[in-house]
Amino acid sequence: MSGLKRLVPGGWLSVYAVLYVAFLYVPVLFLPVFSVNTAATPKFPLSGFTWKWYEGLPHTPELLNAAWNSLVVGLSASVLSTVFGILAARAITRYRFPGRRPINGLIMAPLVLPEIIVAISMLLVILQLGLSLSLFTVVLGHVLVCIPYSMTVLTSGFEGFDRSLEEASADLGESAFGTFRRVTLPMVTPAIISSLLVSFTISLDEFIIAFFLTGTEATLPIYIWGQLRFAAKLPGVLALGTLLLVASFVLLSIAEVLRRRAARRTQSEGGLYA
Amino acid sequence: MPEHSVRPMGEIRPMIEIRNVTRSYGAFKALDEANLSINEGEFFSLLGPSGCGKTTLLRMIAGFDNPTTGSIAVDDQPMAGIPANRRPTNMVFQSYAIFPHLNVEQNVGYGLKRLKLEAGEERRRVEEALAQVSLTGLGKRGATELSGGQRQRVALARALVMRPKVLLLDEPLSALDKKLREQMQVELRRLQQAVGITFVLVTHDQYEALAMSDRIAVMFGGRIAQVASPKEIYQRPVNRQVADFLGGMNFVRGEIIEENGASLTLDTLGFGRVSTEKPTAFVRNGGAATLGIRPERLRVLWDDETSQFQVTGTVVERHYFGEITHLVVEIPGLEKPLSVTETNDFGADDIPVGSAVRLAYDPEALVAMAD
Repeated sequence: MSGLKRLVPGGWLSVYAVLYVAFLYVPVLFLPVFSVNTAATPKFPLSGFTWKWYEGLPHTPELLNAAWNSLVVGLSASVLSTVFGILAARAITRYRFPGRRPINGLIMAPLVLPEIIVAISMLLVILQLGLSLSLFTVVLGHVLVCIPYSMTVLTSGFEGFDRSLEEASADLGESAFGTFRRVTLPMVTPAIISSLLVSFTISLDEFIIAFFLTGTEATLPIYIWGQLRFAAKLPGVLALGTLLLVASFVLLSIAEVLRRRAARRTQSEGGLYA
Repeated sequence: MPEHSVRPMGEIRPMIEIRNVTRSYGAFKALDEANLSINEGEFFSLLGPSGCGKTTLLRMIAGFDNPTTGSIAVDDQPMAGIPANRRPTNMVFQSYAIFPHLNVEQNVGYGLKRLKLEAGEERRRVEEALAQVSLTGLGKRGATELSGGQRQRVALARALVMRPKVLLLDEPLSALDKKLREQMQVELRRLQQAVGITFVLVTHDQYEALAMSDRIAVMFGGRIAQVASPKEIYQRPVNRQVADFLGGMNFVRGEIIEENGASLTLDTLGFGRVSTEKPTAFVRNGGAATLGIRPERLRVLWDDETSQFQVTGTVVERHYFGEITHLVVEIPGLEKPLSVTETNDFGADDIPVGSAVRLAYDPEALVAMAD
């Protein structure tokens, strides 16, 4: 016990923490490691370093097609969920009305609903409505799952917004719409960009809903799922997965930086400098 | 927004008329039957503790809140149904509400943008407003790079540049430190006199109200207790509550012996029989009344000095405050000892606790308040 304490500062708790983090992230780290391995099967020991799996990616038309589809779906879903998120976040943070909390709860619910249930339900509704499955129906599904993320980011941007800023604008003669355009919107721009990035990332990685709601068109995760059946394609999938991982990480980091900046901006008023 | 019209000097004309204004939140009345007339070009203060309804009243004049009953008129124009953005008033907010994403110039010019002035005219007015608040040259400074005092000036310039008929100030100095606050009191008063606009100031600081205002309305619990000049409010408070809020006051209870049009005679324990001027607002309530006297209106009598009006007592506490000394003097017959503030020129700071003192007072300084 005392020996370990000398060895590891903090004792058992830090051992636990290290194991915990390793369990979460080591599997993810295998992805980039095997994606630059010369062998076609992912196993140790590594046989050598190569970029060839990455070089092969642009020469796969189905992959490019899937990437394009993901881009279209991601952009549409992120714009839509951010627009709806702005309206909802504004209403929830600014006004006190009956049913405010339950409504907020319902908007956030898709975050915890089993995704496969949501996907099946949506599929049923869409078929009942007589819509044919397409990228458009995927966008609908993705908007549903992206809105809670948009809401979280936007609410923290709108919250603590000094109400007297909007009153000051009205006091100086500006209309309600003018106030929104000249004061509210510029101040929450970082939060809006952050919301766009987060929902785009969520949509980019989302598999289950896309799998159920797409027709013949594949998004990237569906393409990857299809490739898993062929052992020979695995290194290419690992390379693609690594790229997705890096893209998600970068986008989410930018989003978080922007979200914090937005929160600081709206909340600094009066406090820091008074 | 209409331009401020210039009127002949000396003519008194109401700028804001508040008639029977009540603001209820359910059963709670934030403001109860308020009546008030504020004159053009006047520096008027709404003074009271937090929750007295002063901010509610200010926000109703600005258009951010509406009376439950009653009416507000500005410059003879009823304000009912007119939203804040179309009222001839501008406000300096307690938090200043400086737009953090705009620089000083853009903040000050914010309201002018809508007036569609010629580019040169807009610039000229922004420069003029910045000069009025001594911020010339800081136009390009970002809003977040300003000190508290500078933010206050920007808020002021941003409102003044609109040339409102009424400038509303919601505790504008409360966020500043003491020294800056005192400096800004003088500057605000000077600025108001220079521009001649009606200023309505909300404050809980009695010294601020006394130092800056032409007239003060003292408010408690949603009601206006007294409206008068600073001197009148301080020297002739209508009741104990107002007297207490405006600083220290000694209270002496007495029986009314005689009351006529201009004077009152009371029998008191401690001060004996006293005749005093009857305040115009005095309405007798039963046989008793209270006399008030400010601590600085009691004077220690030295050596064999005598006065026609004097009381004798014992010093029970002495507190030294640099330029003055605060004595607590017990007078036989008085329920509470008297507070006395005495300048230190004659050695009040050396009077031993426990010694006997004689205090002189001027009957003029005694103010009668109904119980």
